[in-house]
Amino acid sequence: MWRALFDWVDSRLQIAPVLAFLRHKQVPVHRHFYWYYLGGITLFLFAIQVATGILLLLYYKPTAEAAFESVQYIITKVPFGWLVRSTHSWAANLMIFTAFLHLFSVFFLKSYRPPREMTWMSGMVLLFLAMGFGFSGYLLPWNELAFFATKVGTDITGAVPLVGGFMKTFLRGGEDVTGTTLTRFFGIHVAVLPMIFTSLLVAHLLMVQRQGMSTPFTSEGHTVPTPSREMPFFPNFFLREAVLWLGTLALLLYLSIFLPWELGVKVDPFASAPAGIRPEWFFTFMSQSLKYIPGTVLGMDGEVLGILGFGAGGAFLLLVPFLDWWAGKGRRHPFFTWAGIGIIAFMLTMITLAYVKPY
Amino acid sequence: MRVPDPCVGPGFTPGRGGRGAIRAVPAAPILAAAVVLGLLVAGREARALDQPAGEKPDTCVACHQAVGGPMAKPLEDRKADVHATKGVSCADCHGGDPSRMDMDSMKVKGFVGRPSRRDVPRLCARCHSDGARMRQTNPALRTDQFAQYQTSIHGKRLAGGDTKVAVCTDCHGVHSILPANHVQSRVHPVRVADTCGRCHGDAEYMKAYKIPTDQLALYRESVHGELLLKRQDLAAPTCSKCHGNHGAFPPEVTSIAGVCGQCHVINKDLFLESRHHTVFDRMKLPECVTCHSNHKIVRTSDDMVGVGEKGICIRCHAAGSPGYKAADQMGKMIAGLSAAVHKGEAKLAEAERAGMEVSDAKYEFQNARVALIKARNEVHVFAPDRLNKVVGPGIELAEKGFRAGQEALEELGYRKQWSLIPLAAILAVVVGLVLQIRRMEGGRG
Amino acid sequence: MEGRPTGGTGARSAPGRRGFIELILGGGLLTLLGSMLYSVVRYVIPPKVADAGLASVVAGKVKDFALNSGKIFRFGNRPGILVRTQGGEFRAFSAICTHLNCTVQYRSDLEHIWCACHNGHFDLVGKNIAGPPPRPLDPLEVVVRGEDVVVSKKA
Repeated sequence: MWRALFDWVDSRLQIAPVLAFLRHKQVPVHRHFYWYYLGGITLFLFAIQVATGILLLLYYKPTAEAAFESVQYIITKVPFGWLVRSTHSWAANLMIFTAFLHLFSVFFLKSYRPPREMTWMSGMVLLFLAMGFGFSGYLLPWNELAFFATKVGTDITGAVPLVGGFMKTFLRGGEDVTGTTLTRFFGIHVAVLPMIFTSLLVAHLLMVQRQGMSTPFTSEGHTVPTPSREMPFFPNFFLREAVLWLGTLALLLYLSIFLPWELGVKVDPFASAPAGIRPEWFFTFMSQSLKYIPGTVLGMDGEVLGILGFGAGGAFLLLVPFLDWWAGKGRRHPFFTWAGIGIIAFMLTMITLAYVKPY
Repeated sequence: MRVPDPCVGPGFTPGRGGRGAIRAVPAAPILAAAVVLGLLVAGREARALDQPAGEKPDTCVACHQAVGGPMAKPLEDRKADVHATKGVSCADCHGGDPSRMDMDSMKVKGFVGRPSRRDVPRLCARCHSDGARMRQTNPALRTDQFAQYQTSIHGKRLAGGDTKVAVCTDCHGVHSILPANHVQSRVHPVRVADTCGRCHGDAEYMKAYKIPTDQLALYRESVHGELLLKRQDLAAPTCSKCHGNHGAFPPEVTSIAGVCGQCHVINKDLFLESRHHTVFDRMKLPECVTCHSNHKIVRTSDDMVGVGEKGICIRCHAAGSPGYKAADQMGKMIAGLSAAVHKGEAKLAEAERAGMEVSDAKYEFQNARVALIKARNEVHVFAPDRLNKVVGPGIELAEKGFRAGQEALEELGYRKQWSLIPLAAILAVVVGLVLQIRRMEGGRG
Repeated sequence: MEGRPTGGTGARSAPGRRGFIELILGGGLLTLLGSMLYSVVRYVIPPKVADAGLASVVAGKVKDFALNSGKIFRFGNRPGILVRTQGGEFRAFSAICTHLNCTVQYRSDLEHIWCACHNGHFDLVGKNIAGPPPRPLDPLEVVVRGEDVVVSKKA
C-alpha cells in the first residue's frame, strides 16, 4: 500500500531521486566523528521549540495586562501546560548551548574552509537569530526579572554607534519598555524570526546535504586524508542520532518535572529594579564584561568600546572562512586555534562571574 | 484689597488688658536714632516698597524698610504670611497710624509696639476669638483657640506669670505665619513634633519644670514617628493628636483608652470591656500606655503576649497567679495560630513554586491571615475563652490551606511517578535502537 | 577491518532476537507516541475553569442587588466588592484593604465601605477617609449589560 502511494506521488513530483540521494548519503567516520551529532541535536531542539511554541500560542496573551496571568494559567490550570512551558524554556537554553558547541566544534575542525564558507556564515547568522529568539522570548512572561533585563539589554543596544538610538526605539516601540515592547517582541518571536530562521535553516541544511560532511585534517596539519571509513546516513547514522534525540527528550522531561522553570513575579514598572538583574546566560558574557570596562577609555565611551569589541568578535567569527587563508590550504595556523580558545575562555569566565560575583 | 479694620485707627479702643499701658519708652531713643540714620541711608537708594499694590502708602513698611537690617526682617518674613495675604497690616496688630509720617505714626493711642510675651495670646485673640471679625476673612476657622489655651498648662502657667511657656507666636511664628495645612507651616502635622520639641526637647530650657525632655527623641523612634516623619502618612498621630494643641494637657489616666481609641477603635472597645480597664483605672495605671508606652510606641509583636522573655504580662502577673496562667494560655494561642498560618503559607508557596495549581487555596487562605489579625485585636479583651473563639477557626483555616498545599505536592509526586512510563518507553526505544544498530553492523556499534 | 558497514544483517542475528528488538522498539515507540499524543490532546482541549487573566467577570444580576447594599465577589485570584449605592448606581473596587490586606465589607448603616480588622473606612469612590489605610481601594470598571453586572479591570 505504501508502494502504491509512493508511486502516485512520485509520478507527479519525481521525488525518487531525492530519496535515492538520501539513501546513499554517507557520513565519514573518524576520531572527531562525534561532533557531527551536534547540528542534528540543535535542529531537534528547534523542532521542539516550534511544537511547544505553537502549543503555548493557544493560550498565551501578548498584552501587558494579561501576559503574566496567561502563563500562570498555562502552568497551573491547563493539563500538561507545566510540561509544555518548562520544556519550551529549557529547550531554548539547551538549543543555544548546543548551537555554541556546534559552532566551536566546526570552528576547531575548520569545516568552514572552502567550499563551505556560506554554510558557516549562514550558521553564524542562525546563531545570532537564535539569540534573538532567546532575547525576545525572555520578555514574554512579563515578569520582573525579564522586564529589567530587557530594559538593560535595549539600553546597551542604544549605545551602538550611529544606529543604536533608532534600534533601541524600534525594539522598545517607544522610549521605555512598555506593553508595546511586549507586543513587538511577541510579533518578532512568533512571526518574524521564525520566518527568517526557517528560510536560512533550510538553506543551511541544503548546503550541508549538497556538499556532504566535511572531514578534519590531522593536527600535524598538512595532509587531508580521504576518509577511510564511512557510514550510511540512513539508517546507521540516523538511528544513532535518534538515540541522542530521544535522550534529549528524556532530559527535557526530567528537567520539566524536577527543575521546573520559574514564573517569578509580575512586572511593576514603578517598582525599583531588584538586585541581581541579569540577562539570559548566553548574553552574560557580554553584559558582565561591560561591567569591567571603565567609563571612558582613551576618550571614548567605555560601553561603546565594549560593543564595538563584541562587534569585532562577531565579525571575526563570521568572516573566519576568509580570514583563515591557511585552512583552505590544509594548514592549521596557531592564531586561529588560540583565538578560538581565547574566545571560549573569555565567555566561560564572564558567564561564571555573572553568576558567582555579579556585582 | 485692604479690608477696613475696626481694631485700628483713631476709633480704636484698647481691648481686654492694658495694651495702652505698654511702655515703649526704653526702645524709643534707640528707635529714634535708628530712624534718623535710616532716612539718611534711604536717600541714597530707591527700593521698591513691599506693599500690596494699590495700597495707600504705609509708613510702617516704608520706614522699617528704609532702616533695614533687623528692623526690616518682619517685612522679609511677611512675604510668605497668611495675614499679609488677607490684608492684615502692621498697624492691625501693633497699633499706630500708618498714614502719619515718621515717629508720629507711633504716637497714637493704643500703639502696642512690640508686645510682651504675656500679652501675645490676648493680642491674637482680639481677632481670632471674634467670630464677626473672622467671618470677614475665614468663616470656617475656629474661634475658640484662646479659650482652649486658657485651660491648657501653657495658658494656666502664663496667667500665673511664667513667660517661659509657649505662647501663640512660639508655635505659629510671628510675621511668617502659614495655615496649618501648608506643608511649610510650623504647625503642619509633619512638623508639629519638631515645634513642640523645640522647648520640650531642650533639657536646659526645661530644667526648672521637672518633666522629661526625651519625648521628641522617643517619638521619633516610635512607629507613629516613622509613619508620620519618614513616610509622611498623615493618618499617624503627632503630639497634638493626643495632647491637644491649644488646650495642650496630658490626658488623664482614665481617658487614655479614649485618646488612643480615636484611631484604634477596636482595641479600645475590647479594652473597655476587659477586666484590665477597671483594674488599671483603680490602680491609676495609664491604660494603653501601661503596656504600649506613650511616646516610644513600637510595632507590636506576638511575643508581647504571654510569659516568655519579651512578654509584657509578666511585668505584673507573678508566676502561678491566675493572670499568669491566662497570659500563658493567650500567648500560646497566638503563637499557635501564627505558626499554623506560617506553616500553611510556606506549604502553599512550596507547592506553587513547584508549579502546582493552588490559586483557589491561596484565595481561601487569606481568611486565615485575617483571623490572625483579628486575634491580635482580640487579645485586648484579656479573656482566653474569647480569644479562643477567634483563634480556633483561624487554626482550622490555616490547616486547611496546609492540607491543600500538601495535596498539590502529592499531585506533583504522581507526575513524577507517571512520567516513568514515557521515560521507560524512551529507554525501551533507545535500547531497541542500539540493538538494531548492532544487529545491522554486525556487532560494531 | 576495511569496508563499509552495510545495512545487512550480521552473523549473530536470529529471528528471535530480531523479533525482540522489533517488540521493544515498536512497543516503546507506541507507548512514547501514545503518551505524547495523550498529553497534547489534553492540553489542547480548553479547561473548564476560565482563564484568570480574563479581564472581566459577571458579578451578578441587577435584580439581586438592593439599593444601599454590597457584595464580595471573586475577581481573578482576588476578592472584589460590588456596591449598589442609595441612588442605584453600581460601583466596584478591589476588596483588599490597603492597610494589611484584610477583605473589606459594605456597611449599609454607614453607607460606605469598612474594614473590620482595624476600623478603616473608605468612601464610595474608594478613597480612604478614616483609620489606618494609607491608600484608596483600587477601582474596577462596572458596566451593566442587560441583566448582568459586569466588572472588569480599570482601563
